[in-house]
Amino acid sequence: MTTRSEMKTDVASLSHARARQSRREGRLVLALLGALVLVAALSLAVGAYSLSVPDLLRTLTGQGTQSENFIVLSLRLPRLTLAVLVGVAFAISGALFQTVLRNPLASPDIIGVTGGASAAAVFGMLILGFGSVATSLAACAGASIVACAIYLLAWRGGVVGYRFVLIGVGVAFMVQGLLGYLLSRADLNDAQGALLWLVGSVSGAGWRDIALVAVVLLALLPVIRVLSGRLRVLQLGDDLATSLGVGAERTRLALLVVAVALAASATAAVGPLAFVAFVAAPIARRLLGTGGLALIPAALIGALITTVADFTAQHLLPGQLELPAGIITGAIGAPYLLWLLATSNTTGKGA
Amino acid sequence: MTHLLRAENVSLGYDHTPIIENLDLEIVPGKVTVIVGANASGKSTLLKGLARLLKPDTGQVTLDGRNIAALPAKKVATIVGLLPQQPIAPDGITVADLISRGRYPHHGWFRQWSSTDDAIVAAAMAATNTHELAARRLEDLSGGQRQRVWIAMALAQDPEILLLDEPTTFLDVTHQIEVLDLLLERNRERGTTVVMVLHDLNLAARYADHLVVMCAGRIVANGTPAETLNADTVRTAFDLDATIVSDPVCGAPMVVPIGRFHGRVPPVLTEAEPPLLFSVSTS
Repeated sequence: MTTRSEMKTDVASLSHARARQSRREGRLVLALLGALVLVAALSLAVGAYSLSVPDLLRTLTGQGTQSENFIVLSLRLPRLTLAVLVGVAFAISGALFQTVLRNPLASPDIIGVTGGASAAAVFGMLILGFGSVATSLAACAGASIVACAIYLLAWRGGVVGYRFVLIGVGVAFMVQGLLGYLLSRADLNDAQGALLWLVGSVSGAGWRDIALVAVVLLALLPVIRVLSGRLRVLQLGDDLATSLGVGAERTRLALLVVAVALAASATAAVGPLAFVAFVAAPIARRLLGTGGLALIPAALIGALITTVADFTAQHLLPGQLELPAGIITGAIGAPYLLWLLATSNTTGKGA
Repeated sequence: MTHLLRAENVSLGYDHTPIIENLDLEIVPGKVTVIVGANASGKSTLLKGLARLLKPDTGQVTLDGRNIAALPAKKVATIVGLLPQQPIAPDGITVADLISRGRYPHHGWFRQWSSTDDAIVAAAMAATNTHELAARRLEDLSGGQRQRVWIAMALAQDPEILLLDEPTTFLDVTHQIEVLDLLLERNRERGTTVVMVLHDLNLAARYADHLVVMCAGRIVANGTPAETLNADTVRTAFDLDATIVSDPVCGAPMVVPIGRFHGRVPPVLTEAEPPLLFSVSTS
């Protein structure tokens, strides 16, 4: 039997533990935001025409010269904004996939969802002669079709993570095959345009792409907020989730739909930026280290990866070489994939 | 208020392979019911059916006379809770976080985390002696500690009917008794109805008010341990010859298995094949 005073200390230590956990997440979010602001300032200020910090602030508050306005507000700001938005969208999409399917390999770029978007977009570009709007729509449609196909193929009175992932990897290969076929049949110039899109790049960002990703994010963030409570319960397995009053299959489906929508819109806007969705959440969770969902830190990590990758691709490579950001994110992600395959999953346990 | 959980003519199975057919069972409110039976006798399947993790192919599970599948899931979760045999947890989760997640069914649009939740979680931790582990990670704990944390989570859910699937598996005897004592304490102090699957017949007989003995998807005996546990039921359900004696600690029936070598008449070993005591490899 515990006495009343013991109970009080328990309540105190409990709220203490919780406060410590949320302080930890708060500190991490602040640090990531600080880093993001720094990278954003660099991205806006540095380039063929570099600005000093006061000049940059002046320009951002609308008092720049005509050329400053053009360079910062019309060229660099859209690019930065798009990089941040797709980083957030990819990261949350990956975090949801990995958590719902309880497998660190289950991210939209590994299981062929972004691949589906790519194949549909390239099909539109090369065969149907689509413009950019139609290409974006085709990408969204492609991602949805592939996701539905994987879900239906993985269905056995319910969907289990590893089966979803294995079928997804298989589908990803099929989609790659289709892409190869489309590219090999295409005219050389068209193929080069398609290849550039396939690597993924935020250069030439337009406000229409930004609006697409922003609207999807704004519409889905409240949904994610509502679903995150259920997701925390779903993390305890289907049996416990059901026992706690969460319809496991329905919640999983709803979260997958959200995740597909995020990945599809981001891919439609910038192409399949490799590995952003795959690495963001695991990095965030490692930094946080509390077993929480860490959706906000993951989103910020995603934004940091895309902005840093774009900055690196533009300015930090030797020999005035300017590459699409997707090359850099791929270079970050591939070693992580190897490391993950080499070290974990000896137990078959997921994220 | 006491709630009545009943299985009415239910058939349960996986992928249309029936495990249990046309089974009726009424869980006695406020008591400890223990389900025993040989492997693959349908114990866990029955528990899953009662906890609506498995949809009956025929029949229904009712809570207070209403089909449990038709009731709001969260509402049911405040009354019936199940702790699975091997629950899973996300990497790095802390004990306090895990136990707190048991409060989920009590929250909603207008009812967020409050000091009541804190008090209930703290009480669950005190009852299971896990309060000192609050800030630890689950994966750093021993098996016994981990099981107490999971039970604390189930207690934080605060269901009136608590179902547990083999809560003592993988625990040494000390921790088995510890876990069973704390469940019995919950039952005696709070009137929580406890339904659990146990493998150890003697612990089942000692802790159960009601014993449900299952064999091949059917209930072969249902009643107090004294009524149900005798040499015949043990032979029927487990295909085992046993002597029943009185547990010197509490007087409950105690099953003493006989086996092939320890009966009063030892088995005759055939001379053609003498028992192999050890072999020496010569290669």
